[in-house]
Amino acid sequence: MGGEFAPAPAEEPILAGVGVVKRFGALVVLDKVDFAVASNEAIGIVGPNGAGKTTLLNVLSGASQPSQGTVRFRNIDVTNAGAAQHCRLGIARSHQIPRPFGGMTVFENTFVAATAGGNRKGRDAYERCIEALELCAMLGHANRRAETLGLLDRKRLELARALATDPVVLLLDEIGGGLTDGEAGQLVETIRELRRRGIAIVWIEHIVHVLLQVVERLVCLDGGRVIADGRPEAVMADPAVIGAYLGQGVA
Amino acid sequence: MIWLNQIINGVLLGGYYALIACGLSLMFGVMNIINLAHGDLAVLGAFLVWLICEHTGISPFIAFIAVLPTMAALGWVLQRAILDRSLRSGILVPILSTFGLAIVIENLLFSQFGADSRSLASVMGSLSYDSWALTSQIYIGKLAVLIFAVAVLLLLGLHVFLKRTALGRAIRATSEDPDTAELVGINARAVYATSAAIAVSTVAIAGLFLGMRASFAPYAGPAQLIFAFEAVVIGGSGSLWGTLVGGIVLGIAQNIGAQINPNWFLLAGHLTFLAVLIGRIFLRELLAHGMIPALLGQRS
Repeated sequence: MGGEFAPAPAEEPILAGVGVVKRFGALVVLDKVDFAVASNEAIGIVGPNGAGKTTLLNVLSGASQPSQGTVRFRNIDVTNAGAAQHCRLGIARSHQIPRPFGGMTVFENTFVAATAGGNRKGRDAYERCIEALELCAMLGHANRRAETLGLLDRKRLELARALATDPVVLLLDEIGGGLTDGEAGQLVETIRELRRRGIAIVWIEHIVHVLLQVVERLVCLDGGRVIADGRPEAVMADPAVIGAYLGQGVA
Repeated sequence: MIWLNQIINGVLLGGYYALIACGLSLMFGVMNIINLAHGDLAVLGAFLVWLICEHTGISPFIAFIAVLPTMAALGWVLQRAILDRSLRSGILVPILSTFGLAIVIENLLFSQFGADSRSLASVMGSLSYDSWALTSQIYIGKLAVLIFAVAVLLLLGLHVFLKRTALGRAIRATSEDPDTAELVGINARAVYATSAAIAVSTVAIAGLFLGMRASFAPYAGPAQLIFAFEAVVIGGSGSLWGTLVGGIVLGIAQNIGAQINPNWFLLAGHLTFLAVLIGRIFLRELLAHGMIPALLGQRS
């Protein structure tokens, strides 16, 4: 496969960025990025710091609008629909640094997500939250105020809150960062379970060996461009990737 | 006994201050907007009630049924048309735009109604002066009790609304972090507009009672704003029940001040506000840096 891009997934993409350009003043953070995820696909995004990974996630989740290009969800243009609308369509995301609603309980954090993003009510929303919290091993903390949680539990809550919105695509931004191997192992198990439930995953992660336990496709960004896209082992062996991403220490 | 009378009436007066302060606190807590037009909106509400009563002769409570949705709609439009835009430009622009709004409201009222003081006392029967005499020296005004009861019910209602309803939770989430709220599917702009509608509705209630318990004129707003502001600061900004505590402290201070010297009503309130403000800053320094630096105002 070498430096060539992998062919686009044969299946209809569920979420796609087409020719996405994002500029901040003179700085081009994303430079005509094409990115698509099919339903039930798990994609890892790697790349050096400043490659534009988080910006891509921001554009895909509607938190920021691209300077050029479009974002399509199930082939509908949602470029300017806004983050709330993206969420209600089924695109959920987690932050690199968890941002719980600190003054609310863990349960309320998920409940507000289930009612607003998941459009559920009453008993239905309640059960969805219990399920999401159980899946993320946070049910025991349900009545704690979120601001009292440690980093690991904040990350779990971030994931549970995203799940409570009933996503079809889950965008994860370095959710494994700062975790021990054991904690990362639990996280991998949780995310595998989500895949079994049919949720597509897009996961930015620096810890590649954790990523490779879940994803079947890797995309490498560098300087705002996609420099490799394909099966993980092919991408990891790609000289362009080694040069750009692993190169600083390896080459 | 006369002191007890002043304290009881101070507590009841605190109910009115809580009524006018809770909307200010809500807008500050949810949108981080310090609404300098808050007092003028209360006066506008009072004028609307007065206008209806003047033309129809109906009770102000019935007139208020029409005024409430009008004021709610006004709050919604205000947020959508003015405050949303100003919020995008940093912290100062919303303050300036509400200041401008205050001037517009005051002068619109002046051009429509002139400088005369108005009151709703003439259309509310004996309620403005009815009272219960508990002893020969303790009198409790029925209107004051009614206002206090409405304040407590309103705060209770807001409390339950924010705690227990989906919209209330969405408001709390948005007040903590609007960007993250958007990411879990909450339309922050809609939440802001709804919160502004609720806040201005509470201002309308305060305006109704402003018109019933005292007289009001087009330029009466800023004085009401200061009472509201003082109640919020004394009670702790962003806390709904704090506005009741702050209002009661303010009301008691004013009444006790007036008992010492009739001219000290406002002064005692302002001094109490300043004392609480300075005390709170001192306490924070004390907790952060210890006694001596706190006393000397040193920061290291």
